[in-house]
This record gives sequence, C-alpha cells and structure tokens, in this order.
Amino acid sequence: MPYTIEGATGPWEVVIGLEVHAQIISEAKLFSGAATAFGAEPNTQVSFIDAGFPGMLPVPNRECIAQAVRTGLGLNAEINLVSRFDRKNYFYADLPSGYQITQFAYPIVGRGAVTIELADGTTREIGITRLHVEQDAGKSLHDQDPALSYIDLNRAGVALMEIVSEPDMRCPEEAGAYLTKLRAILRYLGTCDGNMDEGSLRADVNVSVRKPGENFRTRCEIKNVNSIRFAMQAIEYEAKRQVRVWEAGDEVRQETRLYEPARGITRSMRGKEDAHDYRYFPDPDLLPLELDAAWVEQLRESLPELPDARRARFIAQYGIPAYDAAVLVADKSVADFYEAVAAGHDGRLAANYITGDLFAALNRTGRGIETTPVSITALRELLALLKNATINGRIAKDVFEQMVETGEMPSAIVDRLGLRQITDTAAIDAAVASVLAANPDKLAEYRAGKEKLFAFFVGQVMKAMQGRGNPALVNEALQKAL
Amino acid sequence: MTDLTDLTLADARARLRAREISATELTEAHLSAIAAHNPRLNAYITLTADLARAQASAADAALAAGNAGPLTGIPLGIKDLFCTKGVRTTAGSRILADFVPPYESTVTANLLRDGAVFLGKTNLDEFAMGSSNMTSAFGPVENPWLRRGSNAALVPGGSSGGSVAAVAARLAMGATATDTGGSIRQPAAFCGLAGIKPTYGRCSRFGIIAFASSLDQAGPVARTVQDCAILLRSMAGFDPKDSTSADQTVPDFEAALGRGVRGLRIGVPTEYRVPGTNPEITAIWEKGLAWLLAEGADIIDVSLPHTKYGLATYYIIAPAEASSNLARYDGVRFGLRDAEPNDDLIGLYEHTRARGFGSEVQRRILIGTYVLSAGYYDAYYLKAQKLRALIARDFTNAFAQVDALLTPTAPTAAFAMGEKMDDPIAMYLNDVFTVPASIAGVPAMSIPAALNQDGLPLGLQVIGNSFDEETVFAVAAALERAAGFAARPGQ
Repeated sequence: MPYTIEGATGPWEVVIGLEVHAQIISEAKLFSGAATAFGAEPNTQVSFIDAGFPGMLPVPNRECIAQAVRTGLGLNAEINLVSRFDRKNYFYADLPSGYQITQFAYPIVGRGAVTIELADGTTREIGITRLHVEQDAGKSLHDQDPALSYIDLNRAGVALMEIVSEPDMRCPEEAGAYLTKLRAILRYLGTCDGNMDEGSLRADVNVSVRKPGENFRTRCEIKNVNSIRFAMQAIEYEAKRQVRVWEAGDEVRQETRLYEPARGITRSMRGKEDAHDYRYFPDPDLLPLELDAAWVEQLRESLPELPDARRARFIAQYGIPAYDAAVLVADKSVADFYEAVAAGHDGRLAANYITGDLFAALNRTGRGIETTPVSITALRELLALLKNATINGRIAKDVFEQMVETGEMPSAIVDRLGLRQITDTAAIDAAVASVLAANPDKLAEYRAGKEKLFAFFVGQVMKAMQGRGNPALVNEALQKAL
Repeated sequence: MTDLTDLTLADARARLRAREISATELTEAHLSAIAAHNPRLNAYITLTADLARAQASAADAALAAGNAGPLTGIPLGIKDLFCTKGVRTTAGSRILADFVPPYESTVTANLLRDGAVFLGKTNLDEFAMGSSNMTSAFGPVENPWLRRGSNAALVPGGSSGGSVAAVAARLAMGATATDTGGSIRQPAAFCGLAGIKPTYGRCSRFGIIAFASSLDQAGPVARTVQDCAILLRSMAGFDPKDSTSADQTVPDFEAALGRGVRGLRIGVPTEYRVPGTNPEITAIWEKGLAWLLAEGADIIDVSLPHTKYGLATYYIIAPAEASSNLARYDGVRFGLRDAEPNDDLIGLYEHTRARGFGSEVQRRILIGTYVLSAGYYDAYYLKAQKLRALIARDFTNAFAQVDALLTPTAPTAAFAMGEKMDDPIAMYLNDVFTVPASIAGVPAMSIPAALNQDGLPLGLQVIGNSFDEETVFAVAAALERAAGFAARPGQ
C-alpha cells in the first residue's frame, strides 16, 4: 500500500530527494593545513588561507580527496578521474574569500545507489545523482552581543561532501531509512562521523507532491535539517502543506524553507526571486583534479566491509535471522560489539541478548553502545556461565539486570547472591518430594491423566529452590517421582 | 669611480664578490638616490631603509665569510603586490593602505634566501589594473624619461610603473614585477628596460596579491637582459603552496645568453601588422628582424589567426577572475573598514568597497560580475574561455614552425599623464601586443631597442614556447647586443 496523503481531491503522492552535507573525517581542512577538531575555542583553527588573506592560495588535501573517493566507492558510484573545482560567489561575513570552493559542473563522483531496508522487511534502491567535495563556511554568532555579530572561522574551509540523491523517495519512512543507511555507510567507511547534533551531517530536504502518475510539480527545499526524526517530521508537514496549497487553487512557490522542530512546521526563508546568482566559474587557483586509476583501485581494495555485506555474513556465519542481522549491522559499533561477544559462543543467544535485553537497558538508561554498562567481557562471561550450566536461563535474566545496575561481572553477582545452579540430585529430590507432599490433589489429577500439570510441578519445584535448580535435572527427578 | 647606482646588477655582483665594493655602500648609494629623486618620481610607496641597511650589513658579513648567495648585497625594489612579512603591502589600493602581511611571498622569500637587499615597495596601478600607473591610490608615478625639449610628465606604463621608474632612474638595480596582460613588458618598454614575463607556473603566485589568477605571473625588470636572467633564476621555482606552480627545474638562464641566434627560426606574426600602426614602431620592428637576420637567424612569417580576439578575451577573463578575487576585501577581517555608524552588513560592504576601491578597479569588478552573471555567462565568459583555447593553440601551432616570435611590445612610446585617461578602451589598446602571450601562458620579454624621434625608448618583444625562457633570453641578448641601447633618462 503506497504512502499517500488523502486530500479533498483524492490521494497525493510525495516525492522526496535529499542533499546531504557530510563533514569529511580528516586531520586538516580541504585546502589548508589548519586543524578540524570540533568544539575548539573560536578562531583557533584558522590559517591565513581559511581567512581569505591576500595572496593566499588553496592546495587540495589529498586525504580529503581519498575520503570522497572511498565514499563514492561505498555508494557503488562512478568515480570521475577528472573533476574540477569551481567558485560559488556570494557575500557573507562568515565566508572569508567571498566565494566557496565547490564542484559545480564536474563532480568527483557520479551516479550510484543505496539500498534501504523498510520496517516491513522490504528493500528499495535509492539513486545517488552525484557526490562533490566543497569547503564549509564559518559561523556567524548573532546572540553574543545586542549590537554586534561575531564570526568564528574554525569551520571555514573544513571539507564537506555533498551527496545528492535522486528524487526516488516516496514517504517519510523511506527518507529516514535512506539517511540511516547513508550514515551507516559513512561510519563504516570512516569518512564521516555522522554526528548530526554536532553538525557533521546535515540534510537539505526537497519535497514536492503530485497526483499519482503525474510529472513532478514544484518543489520546496527545507534547509539544514539536523536530525533524522526532524527530517521525517518536516517532510510530513511540508507535504500536507503543499497539498493544502494546491487544493486551495494556489501554486506552490519554489522556495527555501526552514523546519522549526519546536512548532513542528516549516516556514519560508527565501523565494526563488531572492535566490543568489552565484556566478559559478572554474577556480583559476586550482588545476583540474586528476585521479590515478590505479590509486582509485587501491582505495577500492582497501575498503572496509560495508553494512550490506556484513549483514549477509552475519546471517551465514552466525545463523541469525535477517531482521536481527539488519538491526545489528545498522550501527557499526553495535555490529563490532556483537562480533566480539559472539566469537566462540552461540551467535543466536548473543544476538538475542544484545537486540533484546541490552538494547532495552540502553534505551531505558538513555545510553549508547559506546557507554554500555555491560562490557563485552561481562556479556561473554554470562554466556559462558549459561553454557557450562553454572546458571540457568531464568537466573541469567536476573544476573543481567544486576550487571546493568552495578556494572559487576556476572560471576561476582552469582557468587554474591548465591545464584549458582543446584545440580545436587539429593537436594532436587528433596524439593520434589516436598512439593508432591504439599499438593496431593494436583498429584492425583496428574496421575488421573492431566499431564499438563507437569509444568505446574516444575514451577513449584523451581520456586522451592529459588529458581536455582538445574532445569534438566528437575525434569528428570519429577518424571521419576511422578 | 663611476656612480655605484649606474652599475649593472651583474657588475655589482662581481665587485661585491671581489670585495671592491661593500653591500652597505651600494645600498646607501641607492638610498641616497631614492631620497633625491623619489619625491618627484613617486616610484616607491614604502621605503624600508632600516631593513635594507640591516640586510646589507648581513650581506657584507656573508661576503666576508665567503658564503655569498647569487644575489648577496644586491639592492632591489619590490612591487607592492608581493606580500612582505612585517612590511606594509598595499597593492596600490586604499583598501589595503595599512595592511601588514604576517607572511612572505614565495618569490620574495626566494630573493631573500639568495641574499637580496630590499629597498622598499614600489608603486603600481591599483591591484595591478592599469597601463599607466595612474590608478594607484598612492598617486601616479612619473617616467624618468622626458620627451626631448619638453617637461611634460610622462607615464611609466603599468601596472609595474614604480618598479620600472625606480630601476630606470637608478633607484634600484632591479625590481620584481608582475604581468597579467603586459604589466611587466609595456612599462619596461616605456622606461627603456628589459623585463620578462616567464611561462605561467614558472614563479609561484603564493603571497602575490591576486588580480587574475590564471594570468598573473611574476618576473623581473632590470637594465640588461643578463640582469633579468640573474633575477629570474632566483625568483622562479616549483612551490607546493601554489597548485598552479610548475614542477620544472629552473635552468641557468644566464648560460643561454651567449648562445646566439644562428639557425634559429624567428617568426613574424602577420596579424600583428595592424593597419595604422605608428610608423616608428613598424620601423624598429623591421630593424629588430634585420639584426636577427644578420646574426644568422631565419625570419619566417607565421599566422596567429585568433590574435584579433585577444583583447576582448582578456578583458572578459581578467575582470571575471578579478571580481571574484577582490570579493575578500569586505572590511570584515583585514584592510579598510569604512562604515557608517548604523550600517548593517550590506552597508559595511557598500561603504568599505565604494571608498576603498578606485574607479578602474570598480569598473573591472562590475565588468567581471556582469560577464559571470546568469544569462550572460555563456555569451561572455564561456566564449572567452573557448577563444582562450584557440589563442593558445595558435601559439602551439606557431612554435611547431619557429623557435621564437618577434613583435613590438607596445603600440606607442610612453604617453603623457592625462592622455587616454578619459577613454578606457584607448588605454586597454596598450596591451594589444602583450595580451596574447599572457592568454597562452607563454614566456615573453621586452628589451629596449631604440629611441624614437622624441628621444623616448621603444621596446621589442620576444615570445617563446612554454618553459623555453632560455631561447627567449638567447634572442633577447642577441638583440640587446645588436641594438647597443645605451641611452639613459635625464640626458
């Protein structure tokens, strides 16, 4: 059932394309040697090149170019061995040279594709139009003084990739899945940290609506959305707004809009008539960027395993369901955590603990896998305790909760709370005998053929043993006694 | 003893090494000459006398210790477009009137490495935009040459007007200059000097205030071809800080001076024979060809069919790049900020740039912005880029047939201040012979060939193939020997 918006005139389809700005992981900026660390004191990571001083010249940083090529390869895209840097001219106080160096006419990466997974288990392919490399601008601070604006140039000149998708998405969920998948690929590649709250990944969302079967109608661009959730909310709001506009007999104007998360709305920033004339032209300070085909092949061969390949391997190697595998690989750190825990253990059990108990605990405590209270070693020990029958599965759940609370190792918890499984048959026999003695009527019913009561007796025996009885031995003793 | 300021750079180098003269007395002689003549000529915007004395003293120590570099103790003028660390660098503009760069340009750093002494920063057309040095915010430069029997002040040419006036008037032994469409060669011709614009990429542009990045190239002006060869060898070289700098070894240009021209094929571009050319210019051109022929060269007519588009192409590409390059002068981070008290950001830009830039710079920013604008880009900038490729191909084809080209440098001798000032097109026509080599990026040199009937110098231009400055120097040296140009201004 395709996603549509029901208007007064019938259903409307939503068309979405995304332009994602991803900050390249690199020690130095795109055209200068200045550092790029996040959160430094204002204007402490600025070279004379970044500040646009007279006579300063840009020199491309080879590592930034390599990162863009790796990303292109990770997106299954064409790598253009010859590309070009252009100047995008406009005046703003945080744009030191009066132009941004970008790639307008000839980007470094051409067409590619990303496969997204949807909640119903289906997959879709979203086209990548292009990826190009460009400089970031600085930051204007208007809230530091009532009369003055301050400029921080730390970000000026930092390398960005702009990754442009085809208008292939048809609902907010697909846009969310695309951003999630793209971020995962970037993180696997190590080309962008994907931290949207720090601004290292931002999305411009293009939205239009149309009647099914129509050509595209006018689109609006929602600028600088900095969370996946906001992107989905913004699309939903914007699509409904456009349907209202069309159905009121008006035209949607091509314009740039801003999403206001607090009010859940988009508002107009500037119309097409106010759009800048950027006067793009080839940057005469830079030669065309020519890549050596052998160098690109080296980068291709040294690419890390990417989410899709890893998911396939998890299914094959650990025998886990496709859904669990998809959940585990979505975040590289989670997938790494899983593999470290699962090595030499039951992969299914490890997957269950991580996607079930651990995720629940992390959600509950508002933590991520990087700050998990349950370490890889601790979880491996818990699986070992289960495997060698020191504890049973029921007790393991309690031990796990204790691990979350205290950060203790499971063996210490088992010892401290005396949770070691009882395998002493005499003790089990004694517990069985006392349960049977305490329930003569149930015993009679069972013996009269009500075999379902077996589970009742197991429960009673385990209860009598504070859950510590070895389930197999309890079963065996009960069967004998009954 | 001859006046020390009359020595050629090569002579001074020899005498310094022989310890016949000291760097300090050579520098003092130039500082005295500057004190005497700069007030009239206005060739220097900023004098660095103390720095020069300190450098001269260090040079004398190096000479005494026997570890002199190629230029140890040689006093030079530096065009005020080269950023010099700790020394005000203005680009001849009010907008940079108080700008002191915290860095050194690669070219001047190379000269300092080789032991040169910097006397000061020489005047120029604002941001190197001009052919007369009349657009400088620091006032015009006077040409040390006068028309016979006249006291009318003449322009030194531009944009490197201060550099050539200083060297011609013996206020420096040589000077750095830059050339975007003729800014080394035309002023060299107007002041009776030698000056070479090397191949684009031969000298680093790092630290040179940009006018038009794809055309700007540094080079020397001096009183002899040999002096230019000495200076260029120090200035040139690959620089990883300039992506357009060429990774080519720098030859010993001096070694090429004695090669002669026997067997060389010298091309005469037929399209440069423009109807209405000043007969004096045509005559000296013919004479130059006759000298080369007499020295054993073959003279061959060649065609550069797209020459007639050169000026139009240049006056689209150069302003386009300039309009973008000069956007950084916005009053925000450095240089002039001339805003009204209640200005917003746009007001700050408008007032700063309206008051900081002179009218010629404003004109070129407007032209450049226009030709890059949506709707005009294809008709102007893109077409100019295509013509640029065709003009470059003209030279490639020509150099398949000949080793060098000989042309006049400028269509006239130096003109008087005030002439051509109200007609920008007439002013732009000064560049008609120099612009094509800039567009093609090939090396070209002007050398003084003769005086005209008014007693003013006329230059001839030798154009060579890319990275073949050695042939240019060989031909220029042969012409210099044949011409025997010994006139000096003020005689």
